Amino acid sequence: MGVTPATAMQYGLQNCGSCGLLSWPVPGLAEGHCPRCAEPVAFRKRDSIQRTWAFVIAAAVCYIPANLLPVLTTTTATGTDSDTILQGVILLWSPTGWPLSLIVLIASIIIPSAKIAVLVYLLITVQRGSVRINEQRIRLFRMVEIIGRWSMVDVFVDTFTAALVQLQPLMSVEPGPGLFFFAMVVVLTMLAVESFDRRLIWDAASEQGVQYG
Amino acid sequence: MADERTTLPTVPQSRGLSPRRTPLSVVWIIPIVAAALGVWVAVTRILSEGPEIIITFASAEGLEAGKTKINYKGVDVGTITKIRLSEDHMRVIANAQMAPKTEDFLTDDTQFWVVRPRISGATISGLSTLISGSYIGMEIGKSKTSKREFIALETPPVVSEGVPGRFFVLQTSNLGSLDIGTPLFFRHLQVGQIASYRLDKSGRNFTMRVFVKAPYDQYVNPNTRFWQASGIDVQLSASGLSVRTESLLSILIGGVAFETPTDTTEVLSPADAEAVFTLYSSRAEAYEPPPKHPQTYQVIFKESVRGLLPGAPVELRGIKIGQVTDIRAQIDFKTAQFSVPVTIELDPQRLGVEVFGQPSPAELEAARRRVIDSLVAHGVRGQLRTGNLLTGAALVAFDFFPGAKPVSVDWSQKPVQLPTIPGDLQVTERKVEDIVDKIDQMPFTAIGDELKNALGQLNLTLASARGTFNTADSMISPDSPQAQELSSTLMEISRMARSLRVLADYLEQHPEALIRGKPGEPK
Repeated sequence: MGVTPATAMQYGLQNCGSCGLLSWPVPGLAEGHCPRCAEPVAFRKRDSIQRTWAFVIAAAVCYIPANLLPVLTTTTATGTDSDTILQGVILLWSPTGWPLSLIVLIASIIIPSAKIAVLVYLLITVQRGSVRINEQRIRLFRMVEIIGRWSMVDVFVDTFTAALVQLQPLMSVEPGPGLFFFAMVVVLTMLAVESFDRRLIWDAASEQGVQYG
Repeated sequence: MADERTTLPTVPQSRGLSPRRTPLSVVWIIPIVAAALGVWVAVTRILSEGPEIIITFASAEGLEAGKTKINYKGVDVGTITKIRLSEDHMRVIANAQMAPKTEDFLTDDTQFWVVRPRISGATISGLSTLISGSYIGMEIGKSKTSKREFIALETPPVVSEGVPGRFFVLQTSNLGSLDIGTPLFFRHLQVGQIASYRLDKSGRNFTMRVFVKAPYDQYVNPNTRFWQASGIDVQLSASGLSVRTESLLSILIGGVAFETPTDTTEVLSPADAEAVFTLYSSRAEAYEPPPKHPQTYQVIFKESVRGLLPGAPVELRGIKIGQVTDIRAQIDFKTAQFSVPVTIELDPQRLGVEVFGQPSPAELEAARRRVIDSLVAHGVRGQLRTGNLLTGAALVAFDFFPGAKPVSVDWSQKPVQLPTIPGDLQVTERKVEDIVDKIDQMPFTAIGDELKNALGQLNLTLASARGTFNTADSMISPDSPQAQELSSTLMEISRMARSLRVLADYLEQHPEALIRGKPGEPK
């Protein structure tokens, strides 16, 4: 016997995202500062959809040069090699080394693109007021939130390698311009996740009286 | 909502916030900045790309798409991006992405070649490619016509453009051990290389281009002689053994040397680039001055001309004045006389006859006739002589024979015949034969028998002499009876001498004893 749950917004209440305090907004205004911890409070995160879109688009833009430009320039006695992420994957792909290649492929190519795709999907469904598979959508969002920061590992590995492998004149490794864009993709998707208000996923469900329980 | 507000009195009111001015979030700057960055990077990448060229190779050995660089004077100016086979599968076509601002390098006569480790006679090159892999070498042309499709050279060019110096052309009929890259020596100093050679259409002569580095190219003047300095030139002469070679390298792989004869007093200006020279096969040949005014004469020999070949020297008192050009035989059937007319070519300039002023040909001819007439009048005759006892090579020698029958030169003949006398070769031969005959007539057998008898006698004599010596030896040896007897006899004599001395002493003291006898002694 399900009920349609009431939301704080329906009662004109705002929930502080930082300390969790419920408060009334000043009459006539939609936003304010939490009376307890002074964090900005609003019914929903300010411009959540717009900001998330902005970050996702920026991330998508950066994703292109991140994959086209070399991330690592290796100078050895035999010459200089500039490799993009995909070239690295191909380089690592061998009968024995394929798991490593697979890790790089998943962590550096599939995950960033999947994150962007998931965020775009969430944004579109939220904007269209979709009420379907809310549970899966919030699960996707949580996954993106958790995995997001781990993509920075790539950037760290590259920068560490560049810092450590400086055996002039035998060998030296330098980060390429692709790495900068790759880091941008990671940071921007994290910011997009941060600016996305998950409550938007089920707002439409509340309005349409979807019952739970 | 106000009623709900009153029902929840414990909920505080948030602090007010001034309303937003713009409906658009500032955050949109981020995608704009990202897009701008991306566009900027893309634009710089596109701008940093130079022209794309196509190079055709015979083989893609050592080439790798995306890795192989095009290198000009050690600077990377491009990368091979794609390698594919030509339509007919005979050649390899490679696309190369050149660095920006290389458009003016890519002209009509720009050359490309693959640098691989290469060991040719004179040089070992491209060793660095053993580690780094092959790369594509490049030589920038001088032409102004732009070009984007090239055919790579099979071997790197020997002489790099931009090295100061000049090219000269050498012509030879025999290439010997010469090859592209063979060093060029000037006073044992390596000053250049053979850049290229090709066979003439006739298939007889080679025309080769040699490069002489500056500043040595100034020593090449129109009088310079080039010769093949391949190997070792050993000469055995009266002054001993002389070995000439340019360098160890030239012994191994050959070489070309050049020098300008120093006997010319005039200072010649350096030769023009691409000037043509003859490549002589040896230094001696190079230094042999070319005949300037050769004249053809004929000498007729009645003896055998065995050992005389075209090219054999003609000498006047041992100085070479020309050479034999032709040898024929003729028989006069009336007299059944067999003779050999030998055509010789004489160069009066070899005699040191210098021509001063600008005499007319007629004057020259008159002077020449005068000289030859006077020489013949003083007994100069041609003679056949053996030049080399080992090989039997003969030569035509002119010498003074004051006792020769006087003759005069008939200048109407063509060619002019010079008088000869029988060679002393025949005379010598006859003398040697006489000696051999005399030796032959000697009774060597009789002499040998006599000698044998005499030796037998001598043997006997020596045997008896040995017996005599043995006897004598046994007689004088210390343990022989004769020696012992001698010693005992000597002992007796000494004893007798002693008693005589005693008697003499006594008589001196007692002379009366001679009369009275010894006292105390009963008479």
